[in-house]
Amino acid sequence: MSARDTDWDGVRLHVVTGKGGTGKTTVAAALALALASGGRKVLLAEVEGRQGIAQLFDCPPLPYEERKVAVAPGGGDVYALAIDTEAALIEYLEMFYNLKRAGKAMTKLGVVDFVTTIAPGLRDVILTGKTSEAVRRREKDGSRLYDAVVMDAPPTGRITKFLNVNHEVSGLAKMGPIRNHADTVMRVLRSPETAVHFVTLLEEMPVQETLDGIHDLDEADLPIGGIMINMEHPSALEPDHLAAAGDGSLDLDEIVRGIKSAGLEHGAEDIARALAAEATEHARRTAMQRREKERLAESPHPRYTLPLLSDGIDLAGLYRLAETLRDQGAA
Amino acid sequence: MHKPPPVLDVDALLDDPRTRIIVCCGSGGVGKTTVAAALGLRAAERGRDVVVLTVDPARRLAQSMGIGELDNSPRRIEGVQGDGELYAMMLDMKRTFDEIVEAHSDPDRARQILANPFYQSLSSSLSGTQEYMAMEKLGQLHRSGDWDLIVVDTPPSRNALDFLDAPERMGRFLDGRLMKLLAAPAKTGGRLGVKVLTAGFGVFTGALNKVLGVQLLRDAQTFVAAFETMFGGFRERAEKTFQLLQTPGTAFVVVATPEPDALREASYFVERLAEERMPLAGLVVNRVHRASAAAVAPSLSSARSQAAAETLTERGEHPLTASLLRLHADRMQLAAREERLRAGFTSAHPSVPVTAVPAQAEDVHDLDGLHLVGDDLAENAAVPAA
Repeated sequence: MSARDTDWDGVRLHVVTGKGGTGKTTVAAALALALASGGRKVLLAEVEGRQGIAQLFDCPPLPYEERKVAVAPGGGDVYALAIDTEAALIEYLEMFYNLKRAGKAMTKLGVVDFVTTIAPGLRDVILTGKTSEAVRRREKDGSRLYDAVVMDAPPTGRITKFLNVNHEVSGLAKMGPIRNHADTVMRVLRSPETAVHFVTLLEEMPVQETLDGIHDLDEADLPIGGIMINMEHPSALEPDHLAAAGDGSLDLDEIVRGIKSAGLEHGAEDIARALAAEATEHARRTAMQRREKERLAESPHPRYTLPLLSDGIDLAGLYRLAETLRDQGAA
Repeated sequence: MHKPPPVLDVDALLDDPRTRIIVCCGSGGVGKTTVAAALGLRAAERGRDVVVLTVDPARRLAQSMGIGELDNSPRRIEGVQGDGELYAMMLDMKRTFDEIVEAHSDPDRARQILANPFYQSLSSSLSGTQEYMAMEKLGQLHRSGDWDLIVVDTPPSRNALDFLDAPERMGRFLDGRLMKLLAAPAKTGGRLGVKVLTAGFGVFTGALNKVLGVQLLRDAQTFVAAFETMFGGFRERAEKTFQLLQTPGTAFVVVATPEPDALREASYFVERLAEERMPLAGLVVNRVHRASAAAVAPSLSSARSQAAAETLTERGEHPLTASLLRLHADRMQLAAREERLRAGFTSAHPSVPVTAVPAQAEDVHDLDGLHLVGDDLAENAAVPAA
């Protein structure tokens, strides 16, 4: 496939966030597959130590090492990396300060606890730092190692603080290498090469958190990407049937006749009432989805819709979601 | 054929006067807060004096209970029927931390600590602090003796286990060697520093200075010096609350949605609770999808329903019935998948009691919504025998 226009041409770091339970890891993985298709090389990075990527791609837990986990349609590779804070910190000390010995002493003295639990946002500095290093990394010939990096980021409630950690670091470390490093990372995060995508369901709370998150990110001057609507329940009914189901005016006699005609004689009336009740619930859910979709439409950012897969997410499902994202121009 | 799990008898749990603390835990987005609020409301209406402690910064809980906003002190909820009382509060971790500082140091020193930039970031923005303060608050509520049941909803952390680990980690840190080393130069004007130098301290502070910048280290040292009087207390209190959670008066309720990730986290949690000898009440499978027609027509399977719909469509008859049958087939398929996932959990943990709460078409907005969730939680026939 030749080059084609997508909504995010020029973006090399895709940060994927979402409220817990919205399927942000799944969408991040599908986006990585979509971006890799047609012969590109994409890194999918995980920062929360949950090994969600390994489970999704059905492979053993990922070490702190970039590993190929999937081949995209049309040739193209998805690599995955589970960023381990402790290992990344030691690596970082070696890389920037040649502090291998001190690094070991720090591990012993509990400095790693200091960093991961206490030191303000340093954990986040390290995670964003490692990711942006992968974004900037080049081959010997000067070309970029990865065409794109997708980060399975912390949830919506924490994303602005996570990405904007430099701000906090600046308040505490007014100078020194940590400050310089944080500034470099921030330049990547604020550049047009970065886009932060929000994964949501068509339910009140996730939509509200998405809108709040977009607002916070905007205030912090961080680049907002698209809204990925996940697990949309398809509407299975004709519009007029849906309306009738919604206000409880479905024609029960007609349903009974249909049931009998299909050869289900026994208890047709009870079945009809139960089916109608299911339809009413379905109509209410559909109405809620529509309301929430309208609320999202007030935000100017592009929206992409992914269907609910009733069999759950397996590898085939991931490829299907990737294709859906490509069809809609997200990659 | 799977053996059905034992049923989690929610009312027996709530009615038992020995139940003093219920901890709702589970991964993010599974509805812990709603379950905690529904349990609290139901317990109050069954005669208990209840306080619900939430850490969810979303205002949903407050709104569903008819008050605009929750804060760091318990507010009484109006409209509760029956003899009991319901209070609710939201953990403000900075406020809780400030209160500890104020309670354990003289006013001058407290002011000094509260103004320190290192303390300010520590108390308001750091991961681990929230979990620690949730434990601290739980301990405080318990010691006050004002309620005979406390329902806690755990922080939305990276994974469910952080709730158990973070307080210990933070206590260890605050009491730890590192903090003492940091404190040493500030306290003794470097005298002790020289002594420790032989033990590699020079390399260590040198590195810290290099990495963090001198001024951050100085803030940290000042903080530690000011904070030192309170050191012993921190770890000790965290341990006490941890022990409180091991007593029979505590009941852990693990919440999950019928999704692989959430159930996997629930499994980890159940195993961890067993390791720590913490009492598990059972699992709540939240937001399950059910096909209500399955109850009246048990023979109307997904496949049969689909086949009947196809028959009608082929003949060009009864399009409404055909689409309702398809809808039913989809729901049956989803329900079957969820049931398989739940059965997977049960085969790994056959003795863990389970109850289920059906997905609501809309979010919970008010006490009525919480009542419905409470009814579902207590419904004994919640899990179909598969």
